[in-house]
Amino acid sequence: MVHREKVAAGRLRMDTGTLTPIVAAAVLAIYAALRMRWDWLGDYYPLLVRGLGMTVLLVVVTSSLGMLLAIPIGLVQVVGPKWLALPARAFCTVIRGTPLLLQLWLLYYGLGSLFPQFPWIRESGLWPILRQAWPYALLGLTLSYAAYEGEVFRGAFKGVPKGQLDAARAYGMSGFLTFRRIWLPQAFRRAMPTLAGETILQLKATPLVATITVVDVYSVAAQVRQQTYLTYEPLLLICAIYIVLAVVITRVFTRLSGKSRDNTAFRKT
Amino acid sequence: MLVGLMRSLTIAFGAFALGLVIGVAGALGKLGGGGATRQALDLYTTIVRSVPELVLILIVYFAGADLINGVLTAFGQEKIDFNGAVAGIVVLAVVQGAYSTEVIRGAILSIPYGQIEAAHAYGMSPWLTLRRVTLPALLPFALPGLSNLWLIAMKDTALLAVLGFGELTQVTRQAAGTTKAYFTFFIAAGGMYLLATMLSNLLSRRLEAWATKGVAHV
Repeated sequence: MVHREKVAAGRLRMDTGTLTPIVAAAVLAIYAALRMRWDWLGDYYPLLVRGLGMTVLLVVVTSSLGMLLAIPIGLVQVVGPKWLALPARAFCTVIRGTPLLLQLWLLYYGLGSLFPQFPWIRESGLWPILRQAWPYALLGLTLSYAAYEGEVFRGAFKGVPKGQLDAARAYGMSGFLTFRRIWLPQAFRRAMPTLAGETILQLKATPLVATITVVDVYSVAAQVRQQTYLTYEPLLLICAIYIVLAVVITRVFTRLSGKSRDNTAFRKT
Repeated sequence: MLVGLMRSLTIAFGAFALGLVIGVAGALGKLGGGGATRQALDLYTTIVRSVPELVLILIVYFAGADLINGVLTAFGQEKIDFNGAVAGIVVLAVVQGAYSTEVIRGAILSIPYGQIEAAHAYGMSPWLTLRRVTLPALLPFALPGLSNLWLIAMKDTALLAVLGFGELTQVTRQAAGTTKAYFTFFIAAGGMYLLATMLSNLLSRRLEAWATKGVAHV
């Protein structure tokens, strides 16, 4: 009985705890609805949806590609030979040591100004693609995610207890089988919480591509700001959009990590 | 470009220092404050950490300018134009403050509670406890996170280029635009940032070694 009361009290306290942000959000929403102008939403709605699609696409594609790159980058730093480990280490240091904005500008303006000097590039079939901005955005974001994640995976691979690997070898597993069945899954589980945070950081990095003329949701908001002279409304709107996206990412990763935990529990029995 | 680099570093340093002050205050508020303070701070850190820096910088920049000019006109003063460096420092400090709040909160939580209790038992005032016990004791726990934040502060100054501040990235872009040697200039700027981060890494490792002198290695 006492226990139940305690639980009830706990729930009550949590309710008042979550109440204030909700009240604050409601007050802000009412203020926004009454005092601000939202009539531009109708005109810009299709553009906003397209921008949102671009943002989501960029996050999903660059994090998946980045992750694929990050696993070998992390791995060679732990077990690889020196001629592989050193470049991987240098890659991580350079990317993590310079601002992403600078990297994007280097790729877009720098490479973009180098390419036209070579006739064979200009005549190749790839040229119509290379003239657009999105390949550079994609490349820049992917490399950045790969470098940060490579570091995470390096730690994760290192963190798997050596006994586990020894045991796998004792079972006569080949090197690749050990990696696939033992090392990678465990490293992945270790990296999971960090990956969620890093993916949110990746989401927060996407508006930078607006500076190299890729039309994402932020650039649509900037466009609204310039054309309608409204400052706060579009910014508040995309703030809300980014918060929702961040919540979605957190949910997805919670579900993913829950799943992988179930898997191991199943294998244990 | 060297002037740009100096400006970048000044802004980063100012933002980092101001962010630290916000962080210490925020962490203490989150741990020891009443319900309202705690929730307000929760709101602040959650929002800042889930909205892109670029968007935040724009919001804080415009809102801050409006707010201060509003206050000034209310007191019958003239509107002022913002000094770029000061505005940059304040804007980035708001962002940094949220992150350092979390870092310092975590560090305070990892101090053995007995130490703080002992300080109370000696009759130290809360302020004295903070100065003599809590802050020195949290240093080894907070340093890795804080040195990370310093690197982020340095890289975030590049975002101010979007607002048109003459810091390293913006200056580089202008120089590249005039000379058309985009590749060279951006590579050079990248080298400068890299040098700065590597030097800071070296320094923070020294600092960490110094701060953890009295801590048992596990």
